[in-house]
Amino acid sequence: MNVLLKAHQDSIMTRGSVPRFTWLPALQEELARLGVKLGEAQGESLLPARLFELNSRDWGRAAQEAKHQGLRWAGLWVEKPGAAFIVTACFEKQGDHALFRTRVADLDPELPSHTPYFSAASRLERHAADLFGIVFTDHPDRRRWIRHQAWGEGQFPLRRDFPRAGTPVPLTPPDNGYHFIVAQGEGVYEIPVGPIHAGIIEPGHFHFLAVGETVLNLEERLGYVHKGIEKLGEDRDPAGLARLAGRVSGDSSVAHAWAACMAMERAARIEPPPRALILRAIFAERERIANHLGDIGAICNDVGFAFANYQFGRLRELWQRDNLAWFGHRLLMDLVVPGGVARDISNGFGFAMIKQISALRRELDELRPLLAENTSLQDRLVAAGVLRKETASALGCLGYVARASGMDFDLRRDAPYAPYDGLPVEAVCRGEGDVAARLEVRYDESYVSLGLLEQLLEALQDGEILAPWKTPPAGAEGLGLVEGWRGETLCFVRFGEEGRIARYFPRDPSVFNWSALEKLIHGNIVPDFPVCNKSVNGSYSGQDL
Amino acid sequence: MIKLLSKTFRVGVVTEPVKAFGDAEMETLGAELKAVIDRRFNGSLAIRQVDAGSCNGCELEIHALNNPFYDIERFGVHFVASPRHADILLVTGPVSRHMQSALLTAYHATPDPKWVVAVGSCAADGGEFGISYASCGAVSNVLPVDLVIPGCPPTPLNLAKALLKLAGR
Ligand code: SF4
Repeated sequence: MNVLLKAHQDSIMTRGSVPRFTWLPALQEELARLGVKLGEAQGESLLPARLFELNSRDWGRAAQEAKHQGLRWAGLWVEKPGAAFIVTACFEKQGDHALFRTRVADLDPELPSHTPYFSAASRLERHAADLFGIVFTDHPDRRRWIRHQAWGEGQFPLRRDFPRAGTPVPLTPPDNGYHFIVAQGEGVYEIPVGPIHAGIIEPGHFHFLAVGETVLNLEERLGYVHKGIEKLGEDRDPAGLARLAGRVSGDSSVAHAWAACMAMERAARIEPPPRALILRAIFAERERIANHLGDIGAICNDVGFAFANYQFGRLRELWQRDNLAWFGHRLLMDLVVPGGVARDISNGFGFAMIKQISALRRELDELRPLLAENTSLQDRLVAAGVLRKETASALGCLGYVARASGMDFDLRRDAPYAPYDGLPVEAVCRGEGDVAARLEVRYDESYVSLGLLEQLLEALQDGEILAPWKTPPAGAEGLGLVEGWRGETLCFVRFGEEGRIARYFPRDPSVFNWSALEKLIHGNIVPDFPVCNKSVNGSYSGQDL
Repeated sequence: MIKLLSKTFRVGVVTEPVKAFGDAEMETLGAELKAVIDRRFNGSLAIRQVDAGSCNGCELEIHALNNPFYDIERFGVHFVASPRHADILLVTGPVSRHMQSALLTAYHATPDPKWVVAVGSCAADGGEFGISYASCGAVSNVLPVDLVIPGCPPTPLNLAKALLKLAGR
């Protein structure tokens, strides 16, 4: 029997029968007791998430209670279609996403902050403050975040009246006047690093406080590659938005393009054909494997184990060459398009891919003991950069960073979207939270992805790869949620007139994982920073937008 | 250790002879490049890569130049950490306004004579991002550019070819 079909039947028996939102009544009850009304909004456009509207003065209390009840804070975005701001925050528990939404008046826009309850909220609230001018009243950190010197205080690029071109001066000065945390005392010194780093890597600034070789504190200052992606998304057509989404973070092109297309398709009530969905998953798993391979090599290289860098670099290159041969792009860009996919795969390629999968599996089997038994390598990876589960959870960490610290969550399993709703996905989870655990999780996830690829190929039936586009009415909105190789990748889209995009907000998992780096580096030595950083591998572009 | 050596031995050398790039032109260029680098750069051409706002796709492919298949160092091309050691600035991305000053600092820190190479569609003409409140667009809007390598992102093969051409100028 067709594996996918069988799996789907199994899932009806198990996961499919899991009742959703079981935690919601308790939350609503408790909020009602506090006098907070959580009114469920009409409409189904944001499904499978559920949308609740609340009064802005209850915004903080609702978050406080959400924290008590163990919800995860998963994102925040603002819209300003007219006189008032619409603020939406995303929460998740047990694979169910709930959106809280409130309205804030135009004049002196103020809103209680979620940061006192969820540290995860800090940077996205600062992002919203810089780009929309909303004041989060009790935010513990009122410094700017995404704004450097390209626009002035009191100017808010994502408001409609701010022109896309802005009013830039010919030469934007370097950022200054940002108050980094300081430490006094004998022997404490500062190491400023970046924005340009030594290597072929994205730019950002790291501000270390160190005593001897030990890191006392690390503060990140990001925003250097802010390209105005949210603003650039406005007024695009769906195809144009998919192209842009595929460039939010080039290493996660499939994940972001899929999330954006999923959001647009849900808003437009379009269901891509089954074959297209399976092809999307094939692209996504191939993207996961490519990044895992490259990073396993790079992590080893950062502690001087060049052998692994060559071996995994070789495997990654072979993988990318096949991407080019079969799908026309080494990084699989522009393959996920609104309504489906841009390219089909011929049967011959499917056969070749099966062979390639077994070949890679054999290589991974062979290389694994060489890493595990190399004591000088393990000596550098084990117990380096430990991220405790409580910290990971408080920061809302995602993907392998979270799973290596014992947070057992994977959208493909816990909030499955097609075609994963018909596939048993094993989420790889460990408890140590160190560099070695993050590497091991990625090693095992590569195997899982190889298995998924085989099942996806087997399930691939003939058929269409593109559903015709239907222009949704102005105001239609949709939410995309995809487990990219870095973790849960979220996307919100609202349509305006004539099928053009009115608002685009992509939330890369890096937003949360970057904060984890600041914590896990404590007490490590400065020379271990590169390997700790690589083991997290946040996207600068994906966080800076 | 035995296993390690045995794996190394069995995989062997995968570095492709220049002709494996698929055309005879490449082989000639490679040999020429080596000759030019030996003559003009005393055997080594140093590149400082600067991401001035890219999506990181271009970085992945520039990285690939160092994997064993391309191993660009065999032509005498290598990546350096400091612009002070560089002959070439390899710039990616539309130049974000937040990176404009840092890019100029790197440029001024690079000793003359130097070349600026704009890598990728974004660096070439602003690409998907263009000019905006946050982006200066093409690298040539900020710096004099000597060579543009188009592509989103350019493949390692195209990067290698373009570098060979530039050094051979
Ligand atoms: S050219 Fe393409 S790959 Fe390179 S930075 Fe621009 S969008 Fe990314």
